[in-house]
Amino acid sequence: MRLGSTFKIAFRALRRNKLRSALTALGIIIGVGAVIAMVGIGNGAKAQVESQIASLGENLILVFSGSTTASGIRTGWGGAGTLKIEDAEAIRREVPGVTAVSEEVQSNSQIASGNQNWFTRVLGESAEYFDIRQWALATGAPFTPQDVRSANKVCVIGKTTAAQIFGNDDPIGQILRVKNVPFTVTGVLTVKGLSAQGSDQDDVLIMPYTSAMKRVTGGTTLRSINVQVANASDLEPAQQQIISLLRQRHNIRSGRDDDFTVRTQKEIADTATATTDVMTGLLGAIAGVSLVVGGIGIMNIMLVSVTERTREIGTRMAVGAHGRDILTQFLIEAVSLSALGGVLGILLGVLTSKLLSLWKNWPSLISPSSIVIAFLVSAAVGIFFGFYPARKAARLDPIDALRYE
Amino acid sequence: METNGAAVVQLIDVQKTYRSGEMEVHAVRGVSLEIRRGEFLALMGSSGSGKSTLMNMLGALDRPTRGHYLLDGTDVALLNRDQLADIRNGKLGFVFQNFNLLPRTSARENVELPLLYGKHQLSNQQLREKADGVLASVGLKGREDHHPSQLSGGQQQRVAIARALINDPEVLLADEPTGNLDSRTSIEIMGIFQQLNDRGMTIVMVTHEPDIASFARRTVVMRDGLVRSDSAVAQRFVASVELGKLGAADDLVTAESQR
Repeated sequence: MRLGSTFKIAFRALRRNKLRSALTALGIIIGVGAVIAMVGIGNGAKAQVESQIASLGENLILVFSGSTTASGIRTGWGGAGTLKIEDAEAIRREVPGVTAVSEEVQSNSQIASGNQNWFTRVLGESAEYFDIRQWALATGAPFTPQDVRSANKVCVIGKTTAAQIFGNDDPIGQILRVKNVPFTVTGVLTVKGLSAQGSDQDDVLIMPYTSAMKRVTGGTTLRSINVQVANASDLEPAQQQIISLLRQRHNIRSGRDDDFTVRTQKEIADTATATTDVMTGLLGAIAGVSLVVGGIGIMNIMLVSVTERTREIGTRMAVGAHGRDILTQFLIEAVSLSALGGVLGILLGVLTSKLLSLWKNWPSLISPSSIVIAFLVSAAVGIFFGFYPARKAARLDPIDALRYE
Repeated sequence: METNGAAVVQLIDVQKTYRSGEMEVHAVRGVSLEIRRGEFLALMGSSGSGKSTLMNMLGALDRPTRGHYLLDGTDVALLNRDQLADIRNGKLGFVFQNFNLLPRTSARENVELPLLYGKHQLSNQQLREKADGVLASVGLKGREDHHPSQLSGGQQQRVAIARALINDPEVLLADEPTGNLDSRTSIEIMGIFQQLNDRGMTIVMVTHEPDIASFARRTVVMRDGLVRSDSAVAQRFVASVELGKLGAADDLVTAESQR
């Protein structure tokens, strides 16, 4: 076995051409680095979306009001107002496993206090909403079930809204006008950050849904119902029960479409992460192209190297190298370059994604498996693109090779 | 030391025909030759005489189209590519006109090269000791770490000779070994060859310079693919004597220029 010697020979040859070896490895370094960084950023984005979905609350089922068609104009989800307060109460009463329900209405309104005003999202909810969303208050207190029953003119506001209207003043107890109806601020919510869709969740005003329907929107129907169940395993049965309950209550005959939509949190998460999966795939594919280009770079340099070292190959054959020895030598050279490039590329990729998350605030998540795969792929690139030049070298005729000028 | 009987190389009606397109080129038309152990043979001839082709076959780089080549009892004509490589590694040593040293590689590593392709795998320590020993024997002690570009032509050829000797070959083959060297260095290299030959090394050397051929013991002249003459060298040059003459001439020149 003379593989040991062949390794020695290959490393000596690489050392002899340090600059060229380094430049060849650079192609792979950049390729692998790009793959690691891009996939890391893609996975980071996915993890962020998942955590945003999780920030909706745990074990959540969302029931949206359906669309209707009036004179050929379709209104879109939530537009029809097919959900009634009684529907929410029926769900609370009849669906097993349900722990909390929040009736929701929504409008975008101009709000004002003193000489400041702001356009924000006004949500009407039940008192359970803060538990469902796991949304604690930074200061003050939430409104109570009593406030909901009495449709009291109280509200809590998000951090963004508080900053826009009250600046540095304490909003608790202040009067705030929504469509010229005065509301008392009882609390300020903790910061929730951006939603999966990118909107500012803290730019919000939340009041009892009864107050909202009576004093702000004037409507009698709900936009949606937030339902929380006890366990993740309850999600699907509860979803089915809600569907059949609402079809029954809305008198929908079999064969007709629902006039509402029921989505579990898992479905929402899957939809949202599908986008980031596609993004990760695309980023990885683009970076993969640079890895292939790096591989072609290796092949190119190895071909040049074989031509340039024809006399050397002839000399090696003259002193007793078999074709196999030459083949192995050039393969080891190619694989060493690509594997070295792989290792440095992984370092570069990790560094790049860390820098990007520091600088641009992009989250990045580099899994150990992606590092292992990147390394194996880079070694495979070396074998794949190194084989043709190596075989070309091994098949040289020693006499021609010795005479080569 | 005289030749000691046993033939190490036996060529029996060796022919080599190349085909280039429609044309058949008969480079070697039928050469029978016996080289005994301990001989120092100069192979001469003009270009196109077939001496290079014959040398390639002697060096197991090429196989004859017809005929037999027995090297130390093995018929080289019947071997495959890998077996030829093993013969070149174990039984033959090559010295080329243009040295063919690996660039940017130390003298020691150049000399170690045949050992790396040999049957036995040696440790770095063993490789180093063997290479340094042979380098010292050709007068390159202290230059083991020099790269070819840091060595003179004569020193480079000594490295090449050390490389040829490292596996203790049956035959040392030299193709125009002095072709790229000045006359003084050429004589020094011939001195090394004569010393090796005196210690029993069989040497076959291609040259077109009659002066250089005169350092050998036997001259074979080829023309048109056939051996035209095969004779012992009548007035053999001895390297040390020739160097002495050169030295005297140099002294004269120096004396003239100083006057």
